[in-house]
Amino acid sequence: MIDVINLHKSFGKNEVLKGISTTIEEGEKVVIIGASGSGKSTFLRCLNCMEDPTSGSIMFEGEDIANIHVDINRHREKIGMVFQQFNLFNNKNVLDNVMLAPYSLGKKKLRALKKDPSYNGPKTAKELKAACRENALKLLKRVGLEEKAEAYPSTLSGGQKQRVAIARALAMNPKVILFDEPTSALDPEMVGEVLELMKELANEGMTMVIVTHEMGFAREVGTRVLFIDDGKIAEEGTPEEFFGNPKCPALKDFLSKVL
Amino acid sequence: MLNNFSVKWDKFIVNLIDKGGYKQVLDGLGNTIEVAILGLIIGMIIGTVIAVVSVMPKYPVLPYKMQNLFDKFLDKFPKKPLLRVVTLYYVFYAIMWVLQRLPLILDKICTLYVALFRGTPVMVQLLLGYFVLFPSMGIKMTALNASIIIFGLNSGAYVSEIMRGGINSVDGGQLEAARAVGFSYSASMLKIVVPQAVKNILPTLGNEFIALIKETSIIGYAGALDLVFAFKQIGTSSYEYTVPYIVLSVIYIVLVVFITILLKIMERWLAKSDRRH
Repeated sequence: MIDVINLHKSFGKNEVLKGISTTIEEGEKVVIIGASGSGKSTFLRCLNCMEDPTSGSIMFEGEDIANIHVDINRHREKIGMVFQQFNLFNNKNVLDNVMLAPYSLGKKKLRALKKDPSYNGPKTAKELKAACRENALKLLKRVGLEEKAEAYPSTLSGGQKQRVAIARALAMNPKVILFDEPTSALDPEMVGEVLELMKELANEGMTMVIVTHEMGFAREVGTRVLFIDDGKIAEEGTPEEFFGNPKCPALKDFLSKVL
Repeated sequence: MLNNFSVKWDKFIVNLIDKGGYKQVLDGLGNTIEVAILGLIIGMIIGTVIAVVSVMPKYPVLPYKMQNLFDKFLDKFPKKPLLRVVTLYYVFYAIMWVLQRLPLILDKICTLYVALFRGTPVMVQLLLGYFVLFPSMGIKMTALNASIIIFGLNSGAYVSEIMRGGINSVDGGQLEAARAVGFSYSASMLKIVVPQAVKNILPTLGNEFIALIKETSIIGYAGALDLVFAFKQIGTSSYEYTVPYIVLSVIYIVLVVFITILLKIMERWLAKSDRRH
């Protein structure tokens, strides 16, 4: 689904990614691990062009989204992202956080959609809003936070914030969700609830790319694990062979420190 | 200074009430407030434009639709250099080049603007503008209108810094999250970043307004009637300045305290909307 071809990224003279190529298939749960500063977060952020790649291609739905001539916003709607610091919209309540993007972005497309005779979704902005609201409430129920719909992000715990952030990503009905260390900023007692939700998503068949330090989670949920070292994929494989029989010395060294 | 105060006070009252000095005082008060309010409004418009330019991304990249149009258009030109010169290819290319760098160029201009208006006293700007620049450009206007424009231009430089600071104080993750769900840069700024920035900006803008109220006391130098000018006239007509200047100070203090109270109420209201559950 996402083809990454020879991806390079430099910040000034500092080359962070030194040629990464991989393919993320539909339904895959790709876990990316590596030491801090290895470029794993940068790689993830390049996948939806939050960082513009210096060179290389990222093919998504038949288009190279690394090309600046492509409408990246349209593609980002289909690539959800969950951040380490949650980044909920502080000026919106939980419900609005979830429904803002589907409603605002959907409203723009309404006129074009209405011309399509086979289209049988909401036809007016009002209907669209009601539909988005209903969907948002359903998602909040799904992440167990429907009673917090009217609350503001500042009143939520870290775990609750991250669950709302996941609901917000799901509201766009994405093809893939990118998780950038989703549990690293959480208090230990809240890590479980977020990982549990991610596991459920994985079981439902969502394509996920996850940067994490949770090795247990990587082993349990991942279908493929990538080890990034010094801006390159140093080793990849299924969790069994990856953790059971690591070959690359850098990975062995890394695993001995974190396991 | 305070001997014979009651005599001086009586003189002042005679000048203020019986000789009609109060009309000038009221006009002056109105003008002082008018210059400050209109100056702040003009300043906010200019300040917003400068702040937007200064926080805009500066990569030499056009919006993709415009860039694609240029690419298609430039592609139709012949490849031979001589033919390209004849068909003005390089002119169109230069237009594209400049457009791509427009945010950068505008930013430089805005930086210069802010440096000029923050680097010179507002009185110098008023004298230079009203007595030299406006007349030499053939613009005729009253001293009051010139003061409003000069104070607007001057405050624009300060307001731009206030707004830039307010926008930068919003966590960068907010913009990132909005971009990640598919909002364009401008939509993300308008829906998510600016509403949060406004909360940080409003109290500081209030301080700018207080500063403006006091700074307008110099517009008398251009011949505009303000509070200072009105009280100076009362003093001149009786050769007695003690009471007029004391009363003048009291009026400024009352004005500023009144605005401060309004600002406090507004701040409390904003803080409340921050804690809503």
